[in-house]
Amino acid sequence: MADNLNKLKITPASFKTVTAANVDAQEKISTPSLTFFQDAIRRLRKNRAAMISFWLLLVIVIISVVSIWWTPSNPNAQNVAYANLPPKIGQGIPGFSGQANVGGRIVDKYAQANVPKGTYYILGTDYLGRDLFSRLMKGVALSLLIGLLATLFDLAIGVSYGLISGWHGGRTDNIMQRIIEIISSIPNLVIVILMLLLFTPGLNSIVMAMGLTGWITMARLVRAETLTLKSQEYVLAARTLGESPVKIAVKHLIPNLSSTIIIQTMFSIPTAIFFEAFLSFIGIGIPAPNASLGTLLADGQKAFRFLPYQMWYPAAVLSIIMIAFNLLADGLRDAFDPKTQE
Amino acid sequence: MGKYILKRIGYLILTLFIIATATFFLMKLMPGSPYANQAKMTTEQIKIMDQQYGLNKPVYQQYWLYMAGLLHGDFGTSFQFNNQPVSYLIASRIGPSMQIGLQAIILGTGLGILLGAIAAIRKNTWVDTVATFFAIIGRSIPNFVFAVILQFFLAFKLGLFPIALWDGFSSSILPTIALAMAPLATTARFMRTEMVDVLNSDYIELARAKGNSPWQTVAKHALRNSLIPVVTIIGPMAVDLMVGSMVVENIFSIPGIGEQFVKSITTNDYPTIMGLTILYSTLLVVVILIVDILYGLIDPRIRLSSEVQN
Amino acid sequence: MTKILDVQHLKINFATFAGQVQAIRDVSFHLNQGETLAIVGESGSGKSVTVRSIMGLLANNAQVKAGQINFKNHDLLKMNARDLEKIRGNEIAMIFQDPMTSLDPTMPIGKQVAEPLLIHGKATKKAALHRAEEVLELVGINNAKNRLKDYPHQFSGGQRQRIVIAMAIVNNPEILIADEPTTALDVTIQAQILELLKELQQKIKTSIIFITHDLGVVAGIADRVAVMYAGKIVEFGTVDEIFYDPKHPYTWGLLNAMPTLKTDSERLYAIPGTPPNLLNPPQGDAFAPRNPYAMVIDYQAMPPFFKVTDTHYAATWLLHPDAPQVTPPLAIQKREAEYQILLHQHQTLAQRSNVNDHE
Repeated sequence: MADNLNKLKITPASFKTVTAANVDAQEKISTPSLTFFQDAIRRLRKNRAAMISFWLLLVIVIISVVSIWWTPSNPNAQNVAYANLPPKIGQGIPGFSGQANVGGRIVDKYAQANVPKGTYYILGTDYLGRDLFSRLMKGVALSLLIGLLATLFDLAIGVSYGLISGWHGGRTDNIMQRIIEIISSIPNLVIVILMLLLFTPGLNSIVMAMGLTGWITMARLVRAETLTLKSQEYVLAARTLGESPVKIAVKHLIPNLSSTIIIQTMFSIPTAIFFEAFLSFIGIGIPAPNASLGTLLADGQKAFRFLPYQMWYPAAVLSIIMIAFNLLADGLRDAFDPKTQE
Repeated sequence: MGKYILKRIGYLILTLFIIATATFFLMKLMPGSPYANQAKMTTEQIKIMDQQYGLNKPVYQQYWLYMAGLLHGDFGTSFQFNNQPVSYLIASRIGPSMQIGLQAIILGTGLGILLGAIAAIRKNTWVDTVATFFAIIGRSIPNFVFAVILQFFLAFKLGLFPIALWDGFSSSILPTIALAMAPLATTARFMRTEMVDVLNSDYIELARAKGNSPWQTVAKHALRNSLIPVVTIIGPMAVDLMVGSMVVENIFSIPGIGEQFVKSITTNDYPTIMGLTILYSTLLVVVILIVDILYGLIDPRIRLSSEVQN
Repeated sequence: MTKILDVQHLKINFATFAGQVQAIRDVSFHLNQGETLAIVGESGSGKSVTVRSIMGLLANNAQVKAGQINFKNHDLLKMNARDLEKIRGNEIAMIFQDPMTSLDPTMPIGKQVAEPLLIHGKATKKAALHRAEEVLELVGINNAKNRLKDYPHQFSGGQRQRIVIAMAIVNNPEILIADEPTTALDVTIQAQILELLKELQQKIKTSIIFITHDLGVVAGIADRVAVMYAGKIVEFGTVDEIFYDPKHPYTWGLLNAMPTLKTDSERLYAIPGTPPNLLNPPQGDAFAPRNPYAMVIDYQAMPPFFKVTDTHYAATWLLHPDAPQVTPPLAIQKREAEYQILLHQHQTLAQRSNVNDHE
């Protein structure tokens, strides 16, 4: 036990008493303190899947914004002579050579249709000869727009409904919760479909219909959180000091609810995109000739057995957007709620 | 418990009443004519048709008749489909939908529980990563995309299954798989979270301290405790299935109620739409009620607290 | 007295994102047959990690760096998982801290108490349930026969801890490890549980390792006490030696912080500062920065154990022959004085301390 002693020179000086001045120094916090949001962002950055999704979505959003002013060709211009051309980027690139297998024979569709040299359709054309790449750009933009608008509705209705219900409590809360229960007893999609039957189909009615049904989850989450926040000391203190409910909501509740709201928002965007695709797929969504991911899929599905490329690209893009949003939402949730990570 | 169930059934009936009423008046507001070729019909013919369907009566009387009919299981008569009663349409079409729905929920929850449990036990290993990846794919990719992919490769390219046909079990396999993806992903994700929680709990450590091997611990203690809450997500999964069935049945040409619903929408067949909306809502509220009761039965904590309350 | 368990130079690290946390830094102690050893220390001192290493229930990120845990001619640290499972819950059992969370909420308690018997193949299902009933009666669950099918939430916290104890003793273990078994309970219930443990020890002749941060609990139950600080044992001795003749400044601090009926000061004493970060533990005595008696050498080298009596050792440089004589805090001086009086006056206590001295 005393082996480490041999190395140490013990002198009488070793036994001089040291004043315990170091105690304070020891309690100094060594790492800089981060705010809740800084900390969450730091955690999010460490999540590789979420960061890749974030950059991917950023690129997709930028391309969509570009499509407002510019697409390779007019996405709605029909040219039946150039109908159903396969994708072509250049000669000899597998899958993008403009050739198709017709009855076991490789045929250059572009030559057949007398497409002038140098005119390529990156993702081919559809049955009306419309450029699928341009339509896909426009379609993604429209789907994202619908996702965004529906989510804004969701935010506005869901957050205020949840806040009011949770804050008032008692009878108000009881009635408001019964209403939610009834609405959630009908599958969301059925309500959306009924709404779409009532209004003329189109962007506005889709967004409205989804906005009017999608807020339930948000309202529930916000209400639950409000109920717990309401009994927190700092909120009680603000109430005792006579702050108005609106001011308390803005100053104390919303900041504390923000992580819940942000996470739920990230989940409702892909839900809205899915619903649009679904509605357009069964034929009551975005009306022709406008392109959305759903209409592109629906058109592609009609021909997919023989012209599968018309379906694959919109399907792939839709799937990528959905996966990216879900991964990013998961990442945000883990970042804001470190408990779930361990 | 009995009193609680009665109370819940009361709420359920009230909910369905409100839904039926709302649907009825919504339908009255609908634009468009129920008659497919109205242009060719004379005013006289329309009058006769209106009379036949009771459309000439005041709205409140129509409402009264409709609600009274509902009590007898009479959903009115379809405007399309050879004037068949809606109830007959539903009865003849609910079989395939139920078959696929049940198959999908069994397959989906079964695999989901397995995947989620394995992911939780092997947390933060490659197994977990792979399972989580599958769960995210299942959650993100819409089921109609899955349906078309399955149809293209397994039915069309490889010819392993019928492409679009309703004839026996083999034709139900692809739609079942396509429909099962969403419940699979939901269950796997939920199960993993629950199981991770349970595995971190003190009673699991105590089970190990008693001399249980890791697998015994999972089998005897962890699995049951994480499975109980899984029951609560059956409700949301039922919604997923209803929604999914609409497109999946369409893609595989299955004569079910989902396909019927889509068809009715595109043909403005209001009585059928109403009937199916009420049917969907009924199924959903009944499923939720059953789930709640089931949850009370299998979780000893709730079982007792409700006994004490009543 | 025979040693039933002997822990030698145990070192355990935890791999964390920040690096290696040295949770246990060379811990040695032993447990005698039939005695109760209390391990005392504040949270994070490593007492729970130490007993979990005995049970083989360390967290996944824990690594045993060195040491031996000898039990019946076997080193538990070298044993394979399956053999350890045979010992766990059978020869060595454990009582957990929080009775509210340590019972499986979805399993009837009879089955839970019978489980260790079935795992270790000691009884048939029926016999195991019968034995569970006996043990539940033994730990003071009234009407146990009719409560076997009840679920944990139907019992109060104190009753649940009795059930947890029943699960631990159902196989008559040779060693019972109690990890803060009373911390989560009300004070009145605490006393009952301690009383129960003492009774049980008499009845089933087991040896107990009792983990606690509460010296007040120790006084009533322990034969010997080991004081832990920052992953090391800093002082150990018989319960009287630790309570009435402590030598380590940390033990002084702990005793000072313990309120007694005789405390005259109106303020409760607290040891200043916080325990060191074990990511990079200090080179010298880990307690030095909080030690009002710290010397230069405390910052330079870890103190070895200095012998006080045959049973009493303390790791503090203050016991070095060259160290200046320091006067312990007033309260500790009083304790020492009381100890002298006790030694002379109370025959029983004196005998007990004599027995220990002759070990």
